[in-house]
Amino acid sequence: MSTDAVKEARRQVEVCNACRYCEGYCSVFPAISRQRSFSDGDVVQLANLCHNCRGCYYACQYTEPHEFAINVPKVLAEVQQASWQEHAVPQRFAGAFHRSGVAIAFAVVIGFALIFWALKALGENAGGEGFYALLSHTAMVAIFAPAFLLPLLSIGLSLRTYWRKVGGGRIQISDITAAVGSAARMKNLSGGHEEGCNFEDEDRFSNARRWRHQAVMYGFLLCFASTCSATVLHFVFHMPAPYGPLSLPKILGVPGGILLSIGTLAMAELKLRADRTLSDNRVWGGEMGFIVLLFFVSTSGLVLYLFADAGVLDVLLATHLGAVLALFLLMPYTKMAHGFYRLTALVKDAHDQRS
Amino acid sequence: MSETHDIVVVGGGNAGLCAAITAAETGARVLLLEGAPKPYRGGNSRHTRNFRCMHEGPLSVLEDSYGEDEYFNDLLKVTAGKTDENLARLVIRSSQECLRWMERQGVHFQPSLSGTLSLGRTNAFFLGGGKALVNAYYRTAQRLGVEVKYDAHVKHLALDGDQVSKLEYISGSERRQISPKAIIVAAGGFQSNFDWLVRAWGPAAENFLIRGTPYNTGVVLKDLLDQGAVPVGDPTQCHAVAIDGRAPKFDGGIVTRLDCVIYSVVVNKHAKRFYDEGEDVWPKRYAIWGRLVAAQPDQVAYSIIDARSLDLFMPSVFPPIKADTIEELAGKLNLPEQELRATIDAFNASCGSVEKFHPTELDGLTTSGLTPAKTNWARPIVTPPFYGYSLRPGVTFTYLGLKVDENAQTTTQAGLIKNLWAAGETMAGSILGQGYLAGFGMTIGTVFGRIAGREAAAYVN
Repeated sequence: MSTDAVKEARRQVEVCNACRYCEGYCSVFPAISRQRSFSDGDVVQLANLCHNCRGCYYACQYTEPHEFAINVPKVLAEVQQASWQEHAVPQRFAGAFHRSGVAIAFAVVIGFALIFWALKALGENAGGEGFYALLSHTAMVAIFAPAFLLPLLSIGLSLRTYWRKVGGGRIQISDITAAVGSAARMKNLSGGHEEGCNFEDEDRFSNARRWRHQAVMYGFLLCFASTCSATVLHFVFHMPAPYGPLSLPKILGVPGGILLSIGTLAMAELKLRADRTLSDNRVWGGEMGFIVLLFFVSTSGLVLYLFADAGVLDVLLATHLGAVLALFLLMPYTKMAHGFYRLTALVKDAHDQRS
Repeated sequence: MSETHDIVVVGGGNAGLCAAITAAETGARVLLLEGAPKPYRGGNSRHTRNFRCMHEGPLSVLEDSYGEDEYFNDLLKVTAGKTDENLARLVIRSSQECLRWMERQGVHFQPSLSGTLSLGRTNAFFLGGGKALVNAYYRTAQRLGVEVKYDAHVKHLALDGDQVSKLEYISGSERRQISPKAIIVAAGGFQSNFDWLVRAWGPAAENFLIRGTPYNTGVVLKDLLDQGAVPVGDPTQCHAVAIDGRAPKFDGGIVTRLDCVIYSVVVNKHAKRFYDEGEDVWPKRYAIWGRLVAAQPDQVAYSIIDARSLDLFMPSVFPPIKADTIEELAGKLNLPEQELRATIDAFNASCGSVEKFHPTELDGLTTSGLTPAKTNWARPIVTPPFYGYSLRPGVTFTYLGLKVDENAQTTTQAGLIKNLWAAGETMAGSILGQGYLAGFGMTIGTVFGRIAGREAAAYVN
């Protein structure tokens, strides 16, 4: 995909490779220094390593109006975005949701409609307790298992082509632990000096984005762990929902939901303050739409928990499940994909550092 | 407005910022006049990358130790004695405490960059480079209440007996005149002023490239020298290295340097060799090639390597010109084909065995019967593709400046100027009278910037 963006990124990283002043900021620059020439795959790998912290932009003596016109965060964001769209399976959906928050909102509405329809069509004889009085566990599994597993399969296929593209070889456990360790601490948003990145106020370093991202990531993982624990309780221990406040799903899910709600709100606020010319501005709407969707999923989940007895359970349930359905189905085609690509790029980077 | 500032700092690079911060920390009201617009602020400091620092033991990112005498000896070697020992030792001794001070002002350091291992013990590298350092200092200065004006061009300092009575500057379309109690000049050298370079060096200077800021035009320096300020440093000399001939006229900075010379054959525009390319390891020879190229017709030279040498040196910003034959390369470089062929053939024929070729050490591989000889890394240029880079002199800084004492105070023949201090490149000729020592310009700027800020503040408070 030697597109204009890849060519421009190659031009820029070749300037970086002749300078190397930014080596201490993140993983991208040491990865540049390890090479002398850059294939398309190399450029795509660098792009997926970039966390858009912008430290290099403000440190760069060659940004515009200088004729070298270096803007590494922007050009790598563009290549990164193009690589996700190129590797998406199926290709048909690749661009729309990345670019457009409206498309995401539209998908959510369809999600609502589907769940409402399911409630109507399948809910009559549900016969369970709580939610299951509205939609049986079997029906939920029938909807959500494929809605979760198929997008995951799609992402798996995408990552396989990505891995080939960037020339990934045989990996070791240590590569994976290194990658997970880096992501767990968001090391690449530390600025190399633990004072953070230059995201929201020009060259001032701050950890705001790092902490907010952590809230989103850990909030999401806690919610996901909550769902998994509920699945295990149901199938292994034959303990169906509803679960009490001190049950594992609730202990994980409630703090997770709160973290995710606050984190996404804070992320959206930060994104509004950030300079859009240092990112891929074409997908700003889609990225914002994705943050709002995550916020909606977590907040509607919390509302569902708090107001389950308020007599509007069906509306609340349909709203929440509809949003969750959209989130799952859009996983490969929204910013959600970045987590998978990023982790893969970090594994590749750990592998390259070793060899 | 003119009454609200105690101290005016002329120049917003490293030295000026260190002065402004130090003065503002005492409560003095400081105005900093930077000639560049905001995106280009910071003078040549924005292109720097490290700080040469004495240290008696491990310090921040610096390992081991680098003592005063070793440091001073390094300086003696490059200046061939053209230094003021008292001032030099003051800079060296003060550098140690500077590093922690810099960190407190928001400067971050990183381990030595890849490809610069030889500097890991002596030089602390700025994380992000000099522009990141400049950004940190501007943040700190503004937090301390320093007022900063960009695009502010100082035209005249009126020297009235033993003090400066007025300062004139242009900001936008306005010409302003102010009378601060004290002034610190940290406005660099004159290397971006081509009229001046041509007067100092001769017409060849028209073809020089300027590696750093276009804003160091020497206006304030000339103004003060014309009024009797005592100069220091050789007025005809500048520090020039050989850089990629395709670099922009100004501001090409670090990425335009070329490290391929020692592995190459260097010819002038007539395709003739003119100097021993393999005289010494590159960092030691780096600085003489600016002069060598400046002495060639049209101030241009061409460095030619073959495929075997391409990966032996740091990449530069522009890809080399590439060709499958020497003749084709000559065509692409606009060199006479026959002559280049003959020069390369003569060189190749004079090379001996290449078994002991060692890219990072003086390997003793020398030509025989060739004039001038190539005394190391003499390996035939035979493996296609062939690569060529054009070389031009790239000026880093000029040596002429204002003479200062250990308090950074300037002087006329009649004695000290009561309220005028100088720091940075503007006075560095006192200490670095010749040659160049990596990271030492930043050390002079930091030490003397802080001294100037301290002294000016003591004067006004």
